Parts: sequence; C-alpha cells; structure tokens
Amino acid sequence: MNAAGFPILSLVTFLPLLGVLVILTVRGEEAVVASNARWTALWTSLVTFALSLVLWFQFDRNSPDFQFVERLEWLPDYGVSYMMGVDGVSVLFVLLSTALTPLCILASWESVQNRVREYMIAFLVLETMMVGMFCALDFMLFYIFFEAVLIPMFLIIGVWGGARRVYAAYKFFLYTFLGSVLMLLAIIAIWYQSGTTSIPEIYEFDIPFAMQVWIFLAFFASFAVKVPMWPVHTWLPDAHVEAPTAGSVILAGVLLKMGAYGFLRFSLPMLPDASQYFAPMIYVLSVVAVVYTSLVALAQQDMKKLIAYSSVAHMGIVTLGIFTFNQQGIEGALFTMLAHGVVSGALFLCVGVLYDREHTREIARYGGVAKIMPAYALVFMLFTMASVALPGTAGFPGEFLVIVGAWAVNPWVALGAATGMVLGACYMLRLYRGVAFGRITREDLKRLLDLSPREYTTFAPLIVLTLWMGVYPQSFLSFFSATVAQMVAQHQAAISAASRFAGL
Amino acid sequence: MNWTLALPEIVLALSGLAILVAGVLPRRDMTFPCTMMVLGAFLLAGAFVLAQPDGMAFAGQYIADAFARFMKVLVLAGAALALLLALDWNRAEGLSRFEYPVLVLFATLGMMVMISANDLMSLYLGLELLSLPLYVMAAFHRDNARSSEAGLKYFVLGALSSGLMLYGMSLVYGFAGTTNFAQLGQTLGGGAPISAGVVVGIVFIITGLCFKVAAVPFHMWTPDVYEGAPTSVVAYFATATKVGAIAAIVRVLSGPFGGAVDQWQQVIVLASIASMILGAFAAIGQTNIKRLMAYSWISHTGFVLMGLAVGTEAGLRGVLIYTPIYLMMSLGAFSVLVAMRRNGRAVENIQDLAGLGRTDPAMALGMAIFMFAMAGIPPLSGFFAKLYVLLPAVEAGFWLMAVVAVLSSVVSAYYYLRVVKVMYFDHPAGALDARTAGVSFVLAGTGLFTMFFFLMPAPLLAAARQAVAALIG
Repeated sequence: MNAAGFPILSLVTFLPLLGVLVILTVRGEEAVVASNARWTALWTSLVTFALSLVLWFQFDRNSPDFQFVERLEWLPDYGVSYMMGVDGVSVLFVLLSTALTPLCILASWESVQNRVREYMIAFLVLETMMVGMFCALDFMLFYIFFEAVLIPMFLIIGVWGGARRVYAAYKFFLYTFLGSVLMLLAIIAIWYQSGTTSIPEIYEFDIPFAMQVWIFLAFFASFAVKVPMWPVHTWLPDAHVEAPTAGSVILAGVLLKMGAYGFLRFSLPMLPDASQYFAPMIYVLSVVAVVYTSLVALAQQDMKKLIAYSSVAHMGIVTLGIFTFNQQGIEGALFTMLAHGVVSGALFLCVGVLYDREHTREIARYGGVAKIMPAYALVFMLFTMASVALPGTAGFPGEFLVIVGAWAVNPWVALGAATGMVLGACYMLRLYRGVAFGRITREDLKRLLDLSPREYTTFAPLIVLTLWMGVYPQSFLSFFSATVAQMVAQHQAAISAASRFAGL
Repeated sequence: MNWTLALPEIVLALSGLAILVAGVLPRRDMTFPCTMMVLGAFLLAGAFVLAQPDGMAFAGQYIADAFARFMKVLVLAGAALALLLALDWNRAEGLSRFEYPVLVLFATLGMMVMISANDLMSLYLGLELLSLPLYVMAAFHRDNARSSEAGLKYFVLGALSSGLMLYGMSLVYGFAGTTNFAQLGQTLGGGAPISAGVVVGIVFIITGLCFKVAAVPFHMWTPDVYEGAPTSVVAYFATATKVGAIAAIVRVLSGPFGGAVDQWQQVIVLASIASMILGAFAAIGQTNIKRLMAYSWISHTGFVLMGLAVGTEAGLRGVLIYTPIYLMMSLGAFSVLVAMRRNGRAVENIQDLAGLGRTDPAMALGMAIFMFAMAGIPPLSGFFAKLYVLLPAVEAGFWLMAVVAVLSSVVSAYYYLRVVKVMYFDHPAGALDARTAGVSFVLAGTGLFTMFFFLMPAPLLAAARQAVAALIG
C-alpha cells in the first residue's frame, strides 16, 4: 500500500462522481434543484480538495520516484492496467485542479442560472477527468482521461457560452481531437514495441531513433494543440471568449497545462534523442509564440481575448523552459505553469466580475473603475502585476528560471523570452489602465457595486497563493526539484549514450 | 446423422411455422401475441445456442463452434431488441401486422444458418433466407411510395449481388473441386499456387459479401433503403443483419479462403479505406438522421474490415469485439430514432431533435452517449472497439489504413457532434411524444452497456478470444 495507507489518488479522482450521483437524485422545483446542485457541487469539491491536501503533507519531497502508486489489472490480455501515482511533476497539478474547481463553482454561483444541475455535473466530471489525467501512470489510462476531458468541456462551452459558442465549441473539440488521435497511434506503436503501456516501464525501454522521430511528431501534434503553441493556438482565443467565466478559468488554469505536462511526462523521458533533435524547432515556435502573441494581445479590444493571447505567450515560455533540458529551465517551466494556472485563472475571474455587472468585455466600455470599485481594482492590480512577472508575485520565479535556463542553451533564445516579458508589461498595463484608470466616461458605471463577500471568498485563496509563490517559491520548488534532477540526469545519460553509438 | 446439433435453427424454424399458423387462424389482430411468441422463440433458440456442443452435421454443411455461438447470441439479442422497438412504432404507423415478427424470425433464422455454414451451399441458402424477408420488410409500408421504392431498390441490387456471389461460388467450385469450407481451406492453404479462376471466384464472393456489409463501393443502396424503409425495419437492418453479414464475411475469408489471404487482402484494405473516407465525408451534409446513420454504418464497416484485412488472430478478435459494441450503440441510437415522433407523426430530421436536452434529458443523455461512443471518445465503449482494430493494424504495419482510420474518425466526430449540438445547444423545437416502455428499456440497457463497458471489458474479450480460436483453430 502507499504512504497514505489508502488509495488516495483514486479517491481524489472519483470522489467528484459521488457528488454527480447526489445531484442526479435531487428532485423538485427548478430553484430547489439549482440550489441543491450548487451546494452539493461546492461541498464535494471542497471535500475533494481537503482530501488532496494529504498529498501536500505526505508527499516525500526528496524522492524522485512515483509515490502513492496503485495498480489493478484492467485489460490483462493487452498488458494494460489501472495504474495511478504521482511524482514531483504531477503532484502539484493535482492540487491545482482540486483547488481551482471549488473556486470555479463559487464563481458561477450567480452568473449561471440556466440548467444549473447539468452545469455542476459537467464541472465535477471535468474535475475527475483532470485529476485522473495527472495521476494516470498507464498510457492508455492517461489517454482516456486526456480525451474524456473534451466531452464536459465541449458541453460547457456550447451550452453556457456566449454568442459564438457553437463555433468555439466545435473548434475546440475538433482541433484537440485531431491532435490526440495521432497520439493514439503513437501510443499503440510504443505499446506493441515495448509490450506494455505502463509509463514507468516504458521509461526503461529504448525506442530506436527513427521511430522516436515519428512518435515525437505524433505526440507533438497532440500536445502542441493542447498547450497551445503557435501556429495551432487559434482555437484558444475563441474558446476563451465564448466560454463562461468558470470555463475559462479551468481552461487556462488546468487544461492548457495538460499539453506541457504531456511533453514533460512523455516526450522528454521516452524520446530523449528526438526531443534533442527537435528542440531548435520548439525554441523557434516558442519564441515566435511569445513575441507574436504578445503583439497580438496588444491590439485586442476584448479583455478575455487579451488574456487568452497572453496565455499563449506564457505557455511559450513554458515550452521553451521544458526543452532547455536543464534543471533551471524545467523547474522554471513547471513553476510558470503553476503560477499561470493561478494568475490567469484569477484574471479571468476578474473579467468575470465586471462582465457579471456590465455584460460586456470591451475595454473601451470601462474606465475609472478604480474610483468606483477600489477593492476590486486592488485585486485586479495584484494579478496584473503577477502576470507581468513583478518580483514578489507568482509570475516572477518561474519566468526568471526559464530565462536563466535558456541563457545556458542559447542567449538569443533567452533574449526572445525576455522580450516577451517586456511586451507582457505593455499589454497588461494597457489593459489595466483602460479599465481601472482614466475618467469615468459612462454614467452607468457609477452604479457598480464593489466585490461581494462571495467574490472576496473566491479571490482570497488566489491572492494568498500568488503572494506565497512569489515570496517563498521554495515551498513549491521543493516538490519537483528531486524529480527534475533525475529527469535531467537520465536525459543527459540517454543523449551521451546515443552520441557514443553515433561515434562508433 | 447428427441433426440434433442444429437444434437452435430447427426450433426456430418450427416455432416460426407455428406462429404463422397462430397468426392466421384467429379472426382478430394477433400482432402483439405473435411478437411475444417470436421473442419467446428467440429466447428459446438462444438457450439452445448456449447449450450447443461443438461439432459438424449434415455431411459437413453445418458447423457449431464458439464463433457461431458468439455471433448467434448477438444476432438473436439484436433481433429481439429491434423487434421490441418495432412493436410500438408499427402500431403507431398503422403497420401492425402479425407477418412482421414472423418475417423477422425467418430473416434471423437465415442469419443463423449463414453463421453456421460450413459449405458455400449452406452459406448461400442462409443468405437467401435472410435476404428475401428483408426485401419484403423494406417495402413493408406498402402504401408509402418511399418504402416501396426502398424495397424495390434493395431487391434489384440485392439480387444482383446474390447473382455475382453465386457466380463466384460456381467458379470456386469449378476450379477447386469442392464447396466445403474445410476442404477448400486445405486445398488453398496447401502452398500450391492458386489458380486464377479461384481468385476471380473469391473476388466475386467478396463483392457479394461487401454488398451485404455495405462496404464501399457496394454501399449505394444503404442510404436510400435506410431513408425509405420504415424506421422500425431499419432498426433491424442496422443492427442484427449487420452482425450476420460481418459473421459471414469473417467466416468465409478466414476459413476456406484463409490460405489465399495474400489474394484478397488488398481488396479488403481498399474497401476498408474507401468506406472509412466515404462514410466520414458523405455524412457531413445529411439532414435526415436515418441517412446519417447509414453513412455512419458505412464508416464503421471500414473499421470492421480493417480488423479483417489485417488477417491476424488479433485483427479478427478486434472485429469480434467491434461487433457487439457496435450492435449496442446502434440499437441505442435507433431506439431514439424510433421514439422521434411529434404529435403522433414520425419525424426524422436531425433538427427535430432540437432542444431534446431540455424536453427529455434522459433520452438526450442516452443519444449523446451513443454519439460520443460512435465518434470513439473514451471512456465510452466505441473507443475500445476502435482501439482493438487499430492495435493489430499498427502491429502488422498497415500504417496507411490506421492513419486514415483515425483521421476519418475526426471527420465523423463532426457530424456526431452535430447531433449533440442540436440536442443541447439549440432551442427546443417542441417536445417529442412520450417514450414507450419498449424504447426506454432498450435505451437504458444499451446506454448502460455503452457507458460502463470500460469497467468490465474482460468477459467480452475472453468470449471474443474463444470465438477466434474456434475460427482459426
């Protein structure tokens, strides 16, 4: 049995489904059902989060191995088992998912009035799929969770989204599906080569270089769309703009991390030679993503679209960090992923606060909000600063580490990433100035109420996290440094082995 | 002569005759009692099938093995559930005639004979016993021009394909000197060069069988017949008869012609690729949901043929796993189609499902599950079906086929999603009439299977493995 003494990961993964069952049994008038659904979903997700805190306290930070491992036979003929476990790379993402879900449910408390029961069910199912995906230690299991996320997200965007929701939902679904079916073929190819789908066992298995290249490209098709990397990022602004606030939060906070997590979990350790081979391409795409999408963000009129493009830029930093193959770069990438999960989620919530009141996301429609809603303006400023990576906020340590890591590989690449930080300050400050400062040009804005107690409750944990991550990053870095160190060492060993053979 | 081996078929045939008499003699409407008796006969035949020992009968014409049992159980289950769906539909459409269940029974009997065939003669016998009732059923709504057209179209094309197949059989007999599957297998598998006459014969036989499974380029009848024939009949066409057709093509190609795999492999690969592509693209523009299901089946045929084309044990196992999963998804989807009825009139446009997510959440959820499953989204059963045919294809190096398969499933996801979109994103077009108990039963059963297959896949995998072992030996 594992360190917790009970199958903690399965419990955290499938507990939300218990909430779904409870919600399904509620009968009665629509208002009663809606209220019951909200409270059930909130409590389920809170209990799930509390349970997942066991991981925070019991996780052995000095061990690079998989912990809390569970294994059950599933498809015995095919060598596929139900295998769950976390290591330093995945454990914090499990916590991120379980922490963001209750906040999303709180954020949708009043803004979603339509088909509340189905909405809450979709979110709880989504939580199960996200957590399961980060815990899965079997390739097939991973793929199942990875794909199954599409169903609830498709419905969330399509049913509760904005005006062009159908287009956005389709685009999101088909883009991601196209990428992942190619990954499925790659999984199958690895499967019959190595005879197993267990991820730790595949780590031990050497895949020939010619095959690595093809498999890398197939993985790339899937993960690059999910990250999203330039030029396959176009689904993201649409999905973000049309999704309801909470949908955007989950999308930016967790779903975007799935692609980068895929690179770290699969591409790097399983395909070291191909990763090295394709690294220059990734650098180029990442730097283009950082610079180009920052410029695009600069031109946006829609707040959500601006933040969506900034997400693409931040994820460019992440992919850059992953493919530096050194300790700083990968740790920085992981930290940036976490920080971006918290900060961009919070920024979407900030937009949601204004949208709930004014029903528009156009920057030009606002101005002078700081005078009307001072508390809100303060919160918004904190997250804006975190997004531009001001030292002392969550954004800084990760981006700094990535740039340090990138410098070691190629100073020009580091320069590109640093340009992104400068441009990031430009567009985020422009957004903040347009919304919060300036004269109050519209009379109707004067009626706006400042944050409600519910909104304070939603933001409070995010504010604490943002400052904590900025001031004392070590309490997060300590989770993954052992695992990353081992990953880097194994990568170096694999590369030098390959080049030795090449010399023969 | 050990005729007791064929007891399931004999029991079914005798009950069919008895039910026919029972339907004719009384002077009142006997549809409901006859349907119930046919369901009872299916149950009885199913029990006999499960109790059937392995062996051969009628001088090697008839074989009973694990494969036959596996497929017959599926056929009987599919036929019984489709009949259940037809009962209420036919009553509402004024098609309530006792001949209908009897026709279903004889068609099912034909399939069982076909599945157990161990000789080209008995194969053809079963095929014709299956086809003739099907022609009548397609035209069952005789006052409706579209239904009559569907029946006629099906008959003419079906007769053509039967003729081609018979010609192929005679060629094979002429050049190989036998029609028995076991002897054909020995002759062709001996390593001696295979004469051109036999190859041509095999191709003709494949043509006939491809017509039955609606593989491209012999698929043309499917959308028209699906659209024209009464929905209750299509529910039977799309489920039980597909199982029978798959069983026949698997039995024939892996048994007697297993030795000639090099000769027919390319044909099946081509048919598979063409079916997947056409099924995916042609369905995009459809507005009639029955036509959509027809094209959806064509693309599923492609996947089934992919498993067959690989020709390995794993490939055939994939086919046998695909078949029951498809059967359940398709029955479930057709239970929704049969329930599509507004103000007493049957409706069949996709747009008629608009807002079903509000007006009938349970049925919409079921339909969404079937659509996502058919698109192959995990963890629903359809994903595993596709996985088990993709796996052997990749393993045997059929990369082109595998890549086409996954890309075509992305294209087809588009139109499956459209059904989900119409149900959940669009405004209600007015509620559909209340579901009947039969529909709810089939919907719940198939929905639960499709949703929760991933929890207990082992029994089906084991059964499929046994069936393939019997086939390959």
